[in-house]
Amino acid sequence: MTRMAATRDGYGQALLDLADNPKVVVLEADLGKSTKSLHFRKAHPERTVSCGIGEQNMLLVGAGLASAGYIPFASTFAIFTERAFEQMRNGVARPNLPVHLCGSHGGTHTGTDGSSAQSIEDLAVFRTLPNVVVMHPCDDVSTRALTMQLPALGKPSYMRTARNKTPVLYDGREAEIQIGKGVVLEEGTDVAIIACGVLVSEALKAANRLKQEGVSACVVDMHTLKPLDGALIDRLVEQCGALVTAEDHNIIGGLGGAVAEHLVSNTLAPLERVGVPDRFGESGQADEMLEVMQISAPHIAKAAQRAITRK
Amino acid sequence: MAGDYMSTSIEEIEEIARKCRVEIVKMVYRAQAGHPGGSLSEIDLLAALYATRMRVRPSEPKWNDRDRFILSKGHASPGMYAILAEMGFISHEDLKSYRVLGGVCQGHVDMKWCPGVDFSAGSLGMGLSFGMGCAIAARLDNSDRRAFVMIGDGEMQEGSVWEAAMAAAHHELGNLKVILDRNRIQNDDFCEEQMRMFDIPAKWKAFGWNVKEIDGHNMQDVMDGLDFLEAEENCNGPSILIAHTIKGGGISYMENNPSFHGAAPNEEQYNQAMMELGEVEA
Repeated sequence: MTRMAATRDGYGQALLDLADNPKVVVLEADLGKSTKSLHFRKAHPERTVSCGIGEQNMLLVGAGLASAGYIPFASTFAIFTERAFEQMRNGVARPNLPVHLCGSHGGTHTGTDGSSAQSIEDLAVFRTLPNVVVMHPCDDVSTRALTMQLPALGKPSYMRTARNKTPVLYDGREAEIQIGKGVVLEEGTDVAIIACGVLVSEALKAANRLKQEGVSACVVDMHTLKPLDGALIDRLVEQCGALVTAEDHNIIGGLGGAVAEHLVSNTLAPLERVGVPDRFGESGQADEMLEVMQISAPHIAKAAQRAITRK
Repeated sequence: MAGDYMSTSIEEIEEIARKCRVEIVKMVYRAQAGHPGGSLSEIDLLAALYATRMRVRPSEPKWNDRDRFILSKGHASPGMYAILAEMGFISHEDLKSYRVLGGVCQGHVDMKWCPGVDFSAGSLGMGLSFGMGCAIAARLDNSDRRAFVMIGDGEMQEGSVWEAAMAAAHHELGNLKVILDRNRIQNDDFCEEQMRMFDIPAKWKAFGWNVKEIDGHNMQDVMDGLDFLEAEENCNGPSILIAHTIKGGGISYMENNPSFHGAAPNEEQYNQAMMELGEVEA
């Protein structure tokens, strides 16, 4: 039986693990219970700063702390990080201060809270900021591993985590996780499915389905959208000759956009992008939302077939 | 910390401010762009702050235990560059790089470009939050360094200022000291026309701050105000000095003139300014 866990739990655990570093501080905006920074708060209240429901202030308090050598981890819902976008742009990214922003409850997978809470543009907007590393891991183990690597990064980052549980893929495989390096979870030769976040496990399901149809699909967890692992994409183009991206994010500007940008500047290959079709969400269960948005495993498999026919 | 300042006389500070005013006008005139009005309104405050209070090392601008100064109204950069040059963080030659490609004196103060600048400004409503972060860092470091933040009155229209005001009082940041340059003019017009702000001292008091009002161009008043910010009894929480100033203060035709929020003088106006500042004889 596959273990199920939420990426936000991996984040919360990593913060606790990082507490040995006295420079690590945690900033909250009244959602610590949800983003899972609450564990750090309980253990280290003296290094936790409540910013109330004030995300703009939180980002810049983080910048001030970072300017004095601290390593702030600020979290809120993905959607509310966007409210502080310009603070992230002008106050954090521009002076390249290592503030680590985590947006939990990202994507339509968030579910029943409805469209106001379902950020579908966070990865795109933060990807446009110079200096900022953008990540969207797929399970708690990789989230924890990536978060643990952030203090050594020396630059700002944005990480999207998810509210709901997904299959754990990296138990005992933490060592394979490295910021900026995609992970090939399954080798294949006909098509490469490059996924991030909650759609990585859907991509694996799609690969299984494709296998039954006689198609060999490679599956990649592209947990880091920026910097993008271009070398891996080049290899996939050569190896498979057709690509699919899969993300619980607007079809515009996210992982699909990043891969497309890479392809047009390097070796071209057919690319099908699976993502939220440029529309807002609604209330629904996580699995229902993947269907509504046409981003679940069957849709990924169909996209793979389309990509192959375009070779 | 009151009294812990260099033996600089009122007259000496006033002379520093006068020299800074000359540099402000020169910078904006050379660049034919920039923000003279808010630089001139803030400069007496900056001169007193830097000459007598800021614990900094111009030869070691990144010294960790330095007091921080955050110019949140970052467009008033000529004022800051002038005082940084006066204090020896940068050279007077550097002032010629204001708004010039590759220059340390970027259009808005930038910590990545200019020694002595602690915050990359340019977008209003951000400096107070950053200063709050600096103040918390000092507390975590068990350091007695302070974070001084200068904000503008028009800037108070940004909602994020009040997020920070509320949070700083909640966290009882006695090492956070704000100076409000109340010059009554913003980009488009007088503040009163753009957005009435009603009782400003009452607003800050209601947010839990220690508040004092001064005449920001009367140097004795300025010194008393800085004493207030540093006074032990006001270190129980954040404090704000509301300095009533004159936009463009010190240059007759710029004073209280919204046109000189963000415009450079022409040659004739430049010559007149130099005359009024005692640089050339009438």
